[in-house]
Amino acid sequence: MKENKKIILRVENIHKSYGKEKILKGVSFEIKKGETKVIIGPSGSGKSTLLRCINQLTIPDQGKIFLENEEVTHHKKEINQFRQKMGMVFQGFNLFDHLNALKNVEIGLVKVKKMDKKAAKEKAIEELKQVGLKKQANLYPAQLSGGQKQRVSIARALAMDPKVMLFDEPTSALDPELIGEVLEVIKKLALAGMTMVVVTHEMGFARSVANEIIFMEDGMIKDQGTPYKMFNNPEHERTRKFLYKITELYGKSEE
Amino acid sequence: MNENLAVIYQSFPYLIRGVIITIGLVTGALGLGFAMGIPMAVGQVYGNKYISGIISFYVWFFRGLPVLVLLFLFYFGLFSLLGFNLSAFTAAILVLGLRSAAYQSQIFRGSIQSLNEGQMLAARSIGMTKVEAIWHVILPQALRISIPGWSNEYAILLKDSAVTYAVGVMEILTRANFVATRTYRPMPIFLTCAVIFIVLTYGGVKLLDLLENKVKIPGYGEER
Amino acid sequence: METITFIREILLAPLLEGTIVTLKLIAFSIPLGLFFGILIGTGRVYGNKFVSSFCTIYTLFFRGSPLLVQLFILYYGLPSIGIFFSPFVAAVIGFSLCSCAYHSEYIRGALQSIKSGQMMAAEALGMTRFKAILYIILPQALRRAIPGCSNEIIYLIKYSSLAFIVTCVELTGAGKIIASRYFEYTLIFAVVGAIYLLIVSIVTKILNILEKKLEIPGIG
Repeated sequence: MKENKKIILRVENIHKSYGKEKILKGVSFEIKKGETKVIIGPSGSGKSTLLRCINQLTIPDQGKIFLENEEVTHHKKEINQFRQKMGMVFQGFNLFDHLNALKNVEIGLVKVKKMDKKAAKEKAIEELKQVGLKKQANLYPAQLSGGQKQRVSIARALAMDPKVMLFDEPTSALDPELIGEVLEVIKKLALAGMTMVVVTHEMGFARSVANEIIFMEDGMIKDQGTPYKMFNNPEHERTRKFLYKITELYGKSEE
Repeated sequence: MNENLAVIYQSFPYLIRGVIITIGLVTGALGLGFAMGIPMAVGQVYGNKYISGIISFYVWFFRGLPVLVLLFLFYFGLFSLLGFNLSAFTAAILVLGLRSAAYQSQIFRGSIQSLNEGQMLAARSIGMTKVEAIWHVILPQALRISIPGWSNEYAILLKDSAVTYAVGVMEILTRANFVATRTYRPMPIFLTCAVIFIVLTYGGVKLLDLLENKVKIPGYGEER
Repeated sequence: METITFIREILLAPLLEGTIVTLKLIAFSIPLGLFFGILIGTGRVYGNKFVSSFCTIYTLFFRGSPLLVQLFILYYGLPSIGIFFSPFVAAVIGFSLCSCAYHSEYIRGALQSIKSGQMMAAEALGMTRFKAILYIILPQALRRAIPGCSNEIIYLIKYSSLAFIVTCVELTGAGKIIASRYFEYTLIFAVVGAIYLLIVSIVTKILNILEKKLEIPGIG
């Protein structure tokens, strides 16, 4: 059912170099409300850098980012406002080690959104409940498993009520048994209508959740299309080869 | 400004003679501390309860008291009491040295204890006595590991040498004070004095860095 | 004169007075040194070029030169350009300035040991750099710096004895004054030493308790 949904995020011609090495060579795409785009590709293709350019944790050398038609790039002062509307989940979780799970989710609400402490606590508990970790609210990151840590970090990002969620290889640092619980949460989120960009190697997940799969290599988008098209009839031989290898490694879809 | 520079220039030779005294103090104290620190560290790690206890007490005493108090206690008190007639310079070296021994022993102890147990086991298993093992296997490694900590001790000792002003040793600060009171120009003189110490501190640390690189064991401590 | 009588009648009161001065000196210098140490350490790691360079040069000077020389500059040097401090104030300023340089090094090391992901996650939530440093980075770094900073605090207690040399009569000074009059150096400085050992032991205990209270599973 293709409704004419509004465009939440537009990435226009992003270039980024580190010293002499060009990491991103002109990447553009857009994503509509409620869509899930999955970015795949070999290491070094610039996927993570691209994600960090979207919320300006890395400043691109060239190109523009638009969030709901407002330009994000070149707005040094308002960047913090924009970041509140974009949730990011990191490969390394990056939970605040000195705060327990509840406070990790709360702190953005209290210190950035300046919410009332009581309201913030209630919201935080609710978010933890949504990811299945209400009981672990008082535990510290060092006391949580990898999967639990990642779910807390998802709750932390969601608590800010973002317009778009950015996932940077959310399960790559997890032990295999723990990957499932995190993918469950992300899937639930997608089905509930969250707009998201997910960088991942999990092909089964990509096939079942993505509206569109983007294949990146060497800092450029080489191919894109629906999961059906990409897995069965991609435009480029390279895409087919990559997907074949990855599916071999990570297993087929869980459909 | 010119008068300030002139005063510094004129008093420089006098101050530099103080540098020689200071270096003498530091070398003597570091040397004494080294000579005592190693046996003390070995005693604490490998000795029995009594030896270890005595050494611990010594360390606690000489680390717990301020340098100034130790200087007064020994120079004006104990040395006279025991009948020693020492010059301020000699007394200062002794006191600073005894104190440095306390600190150095802990540096060496830490290094010895950080070594793999297996070193001692392997040495004994090829028939070495404990003493031989310590001398040929443990210490060569422990001493190299100790260089950074020892470098720190050098810096601390150098700065502490200024406290010997209080017992009249003619080191850099004492001389600076002498010049300052005679020329009525305390600021440039004391600032110069500070700079001299800074140069000696960082210069010495740099030299010790070079030493560390020279005696480095190839590949030591690096993970494969 | 009997030793015990000597101690009770002649020694005790001045030494007690001196001890109070020592305690006052450290009561001011420790928090000041710690506070400015945090500022300088943070400035060195997160400040812009000017701030960072200033903090580096500051640390170089105050850690490279002896505390006693710094005290001389403050108490005997500054008057020649019109700035006069009382012995007590000069001592507190000197101790604070010097101590903060050492604290700043421990804090700097701790800050640099915090994973970069912490700052990234804080900024991703929309925190400004300043907020991220204040609420996320410093709380963790300060816990890591506790052993080093505790060490420096103990050093300060001992070096407070140098205040005497710029004529602020604290514990050591009180002892010296009586000792010069009665020539009882050994006895007097044994007592003085014992008092320092006592103060250091008590403060060490307090710092240990503080460290335990601030413990967080997984940090430090």
